[in-house]
Amino acid sequence: MISLPLLIVGAGPAGLCAAYRAAEAGVDVLILERAQKAGGQLVKQTHKFFGSEKQFASTRGIEIAKILTNRLQGLPGRVRLQTDATVLGFYEDGVVTAQVQGQFMKYRPDCCIVATGASEKTLAFAGNDLPGVYGAGAVQTLMNEYGVRPGNRVLMIGAGNIGLIVSYQLLQAGVKLAAVLDAADEIGGYLVHASKIRRAGVPILTRHTVERAYGNEKVEHAIIHALDDEWKKIPGSEQQLDVDVICIAVGLSPLADLLWQAEVKMKYIAALGGYVPLRDADMMTSAKGLYIAGDVAGIEEASSAMVEGEIAGIAATQRLGFSTEKSELLKKDCLQQLRQLRAGPGSEKIRTGMALAGGYV
Amino acid sequence: MDSNRILEHPILEFTEGEDLPFSFDGRQLVGKSGDTIASALHAAGVRVLGHHFKTGRPRGFYCAIGNCSSCLMIVNGVPNVRVCVEPLQAGMVVCSQNDRGVLP
Repeated sequence: MISLPLLIVGAGPAGLCAAYRAAEAGVDVLILERAQKAGGQLVKQTHKFFGSEKQFASTRGIEIAKILTNRLQGLPGRVRLQTDATVLGFYEDGVVTAQVQGQFMKYRPDCCIVATGASEKTLAFAGNDLPGVYGAGAVQTLMNEYGVRPGNRVLMIGAGNIGLIVSYQLLQAGVKLAAVLDAADEIGGYLVHASKIRRAGVPILTRHTVERAYGNEKVEHAIIHALDDEWKKIPGSEQQLDVDVICIAVGLSPLADLLWQAEVKMKYIAALGGYVPLRDADMMTSAKGLYIAGDVAGIEEASSAMVEGEIAGIAATQRLGFSTEKSELLKKDCLQQLRQLRAGPGSEKIRTGMALAGGYV
Repeated sequence: MDSNRILEHPILEFTEGEDLPFSFDGRQLVGKSGDTIASALHAAGVRVLGHHFKTGRPRGFYCAIGNCSSCLMIVNGVPNVRVCVEPLQAGMVVCSQNDRGVLP
């Protein structure tokens, strides 16, 4: 059993920022990361970020991952970043178990920050289990991390930011796009992304959905159709598309399994993507000393995940008795950044969800 | 040269890794250093990673980051390996998994 002041689960944008703020104030930190490298899903984000300078606006996600990881060195507190380390269980006596490079480990942290991120949702349609039906994140991983084209011709389902950004990245990788569909009346993502795709000659069909995928052992064709005012199929509107990949970009759910195990108070909040832990403005859950940050606290953007990570890191530091005069000021600044990130008309859903979860709006 | 490999990209630079030979259901294939088993198979044109133990329907990966368990295969005799996050190593013996798997 290893006792330690602060354990962070997940080395994505939230976890890395939490570690930075804690180590900066002198706290020793252990980060356990399931993947083989740090950065979470930033490692495949080739686009430049929005937001303000504090959230690395106009820097590409892949670069932000490197910046956040590199700045953990040489701080007053020591940061140990352990990759290939999957946290397995949270126990009622505060013990956390993990598989670290194939070895079973037990930890007893004074404080813990869970920053496990999210998992991709799927969509119900006939043939949705065929090989070739891939999550948008999976397609991004395959092309941008491993340099492999997911297929020759892709049908994208979902015109939110992820659907639009991955569509553009597919074009950059030399893959053809048959169409981008969305069941909603309007394109959900930023129009700057949508116009790039339209300029490339790819139709974005709103009020459309996929009806069926079929092929011999893998996706070869898709049938799509138009939807009426009540989201019912318009008869006769079917079209067949010859595609070998159907990419699903219909949203994410918080990856909150560990928090269920920790038995913190959870609530279903559709605006935040599913079940999320209730939290205070410090990002602390109903369990003392157990904090959350990033998509596990509610599906949002990497920019707000970074700021939430900083808040959780500072708050844990204060709880551990390491706070400096700077801590409270830094935290206030972070709260101000969150308010700005969530201020726009497009963030109304997030504001509603955060209010229900007890978080800062 | 695998036609599925991206060689030119406006933002990313992909340096060609060293060859890693491995077998898939008895076929000899070659992946690259830095690949996962799933990315190497995909680059070689393999989409079907196994069949569902009950329905017999073909399975491929879905999330590619180790969340969904749609990509379980038998690797070096060990079943239920999530090949989307398992780094490829030279000489690996990779087999389709069509049942729940039996631990060695």
